[in-house]
Amino acid sequence: MQGLKKSILVSLWFMFLTFPLMVIRIDSLNGTIDWRWENMLGMGAGIFVLSFVWRFMLARKEAGRAAAAGGAMSARGAWFERLRSDPKAAVPAMALIFAVFLALPWVFSTYQTNIMISALLYVMLGLGLNIVVGLSGQLVLGYVAFYAVGAYAYAILNSNFGLGFWAVLPIGGAMAALFGILLGFPVLRLRGDYLAIVTLGFGEIIRLVLENWSSFSQGPSGIANIERPGLFGMQLSVNEATTYIYYLILAAVIVTIVAVTRLKNSRIGRAWQALREDEIACQAMGIDITTTKLTAFALGACWAGFAGVIFAAKTTFINPASFTFLESAMVLAMVVLGGMGSVIGVSVGALVLILLPEYLRAFSEYRMLIFGATMVLMMVFRPQGLVSPGRTKYNVPGADGVGADAARPAAGGNA
Amino acid sequence: MSATTATAAVNASAAVLDVRSVSMNFGGLRALNEVDLQVRQGEIVALIGPNGAGKTTFFNCITGIYVPTEGEVRVTPRDGRTVTVNGMKASEVTTLGMSRTFQNIRLFPTMSVLENVMIGRHCRTRAGILGALLRDPRTRAEEQRIVEESYELLKSVNLHQHYQDQARNLPYGAQRRLEIARALATNPFLLCLDEPAAGMNPQETLELKELVLEIRERHELSVLLIEHDMSMVMSLSDRIYVMEYGSKIAEGTPEEVSRNPRVIKAYLGEESHA
Repeated sequence: MQGLKKSILVSLWFMFLTFPLMVIRIDSLNGTIDWRWENMLGMGAGIFVLSFVWRFMLARKEAGRAAAAGGAMSARGAWFERLRSDPKAAVPAMALIFAVFLALPWVFSTYQTNIMISALLYVMLGLGLNIVVGLSGQLVLGYVAFYAVGAYAYAILNSNFGLGFWAVLPIGGAMAALFGILLGFPVLRLRGDYLAIVTLGFGEIIRLVLENWSSFSQGPSGIANIERPGLFGMQLSVNEATTYIYYLILAAVIVTIVAVTRLKNSRIGRAWQALREDEIACQAMGIDITTTKLTAFALGACWAGFAGVIFAAKTTFINPASFTFLESAMVLAMVVLGGMGSVIGVSVGALVLILLPEYLRAFSEYRMLIFGATMVLMMVFRPQGLVSPGRTKYNVPGADGVGADAARPAAGGNA
Repeated sequence: MSATTATAAVNASAAVLDVRSVSMNFGGLRALNEVDLQVRQGEIVALIGPNGAGKTTFFNCITGIYVPTEGEVRVTPRDGRTVTVNGMKASEVTTLGMSRTFQNIRLFPTMSVLENVMIGRHCRTRAGILGALLRDPRTRAEEQRIVEESYELLKSVNLHQHYQDQARNLPYGAQRRLEIARALATNPFLLCLDEPAAGMNPQETLELKELVLEIRERHELSVLLIEHDMSMVMSLSDRIYVMEYGSKIAEGTPEEVSRNPRVIKAYLGEESHA
């Protein structure tokens, strides 16, 4: 009954809000006004139903949370957990995914391969940002600046000094890491909103410098004719080069996934997570938060630098328009939607956010609307993202009998 | 390391913590006024006083969270040199071997119980970025050692059966014990406990007392604790310091302190009211 009243009120409110848009139409030719009352009725009915769905979903979410607290797990969750934790299921699944990615350029057209290349680039960016945002909890909004540093490092070193892709790849990463540390020093004391604003400013500074320092970066017109990566000096056609870059970025993504997973489960990674959870306690436990933050910034930036070099090599042309705030926001959205701190989640998030708009071109007019609605719905119903980070398994000797231990009344008796 | 003075400790040879007239001002407010305090090797020292007396501020001053306005904090770690810790970072103080817990529990809530203790081993281990990326045998061996040592510590506070749980899902008393285990993981010579029994029932308090005594024996360390539970303080401490309004008003054995008229006044009010 309460729900019914609420839904009626909500639909009335929406009918009122959308009245000017949906009902009134001014016919300027005849100088008359059309009153389209039927639209208002439709709106009211639609909102009435949606309001019920909304409340049903919220209730289901609450129920799910209660079940999770009670130790039960939904069938869907259990299926995914098994895939992730049981090597018997995980290895074939991973092999299958790997085979699909390996076969992709031979099955699909160059156009599709190109889309996949940019999607994989974003996977790399997302995983890099995941170090900074997901693991160490530092909200960085100007992440694309490091991407730009990598891309411009390759473009400038290539066009001015003729350095090749493989020579610049480490240089680009190192340059970006250096910028990460440069940004890291002034923001050591900041956190949360303040950090976000400063890093946002940093991103804009890099873009504006690239746009206006013409003698250095050729301004808004950008740098063209950047060399593609070479393969033992062979001349590759455009199609072959695309395939080559596809495998290159695929290898880079695999290296990134391995590296980020290893970092996450290391002493350094634990320090990052402790920093995210409680800065004061982290210090009190003997972790130097200065070096910990700076390593997070440097490594996160380093990966953006690598991705930048590959990006410049792929497009052979870069200009500052590729490095706007929207890019930073997209990468951050991938991390948050995918699941902060989860390597699988961020990868899936990046693929979804890049591939879905490409394959839903039919709805391209509504793209931003769908995007926004998805964001809102995700944050309401699944704020932890698509995939929540998995528990690290530790090999604890003597812990096998833990079940028996827990069943027996513990010696202290108050646990 | 701002001031590492290896002075020949003359008088306080047995003192692992030697605090000399430490004061702390917050703007115009004097939160601590020339407080002296010493903790000797193997002692359990309690710091008591009414709410707002400056006990936690004192803790923050000696553990490097705050830099005291005046005075000197000297510690003598196990290697025997005496170090002045004023102005050191909190992480450096912990690395020296002075570890603490917090009045309002500060665990890493979404990390597992085991991982919380593993964080404590951070300052006693070395693996860097390269080790993490390459995962060479040395790093793996170190990692395994961290896991085993941490699990042993969990056993000693009787939390090992929960080692995979998230820290925030532990009951309150267990969280307190986990904080102690985490502090022990840094291998301290002095353990500072900020109101460890707050919010515990009498049974839990009794067990905590046993735990503290046991820890002192097993890890050969000294304990400095802030506590409001008088029965625990009186039965556990070797010596007691009493603070009021940021100043030390008494020190001595539990009997001496409990007979001290200034202490009675501070706790019970003016004699005329009593």
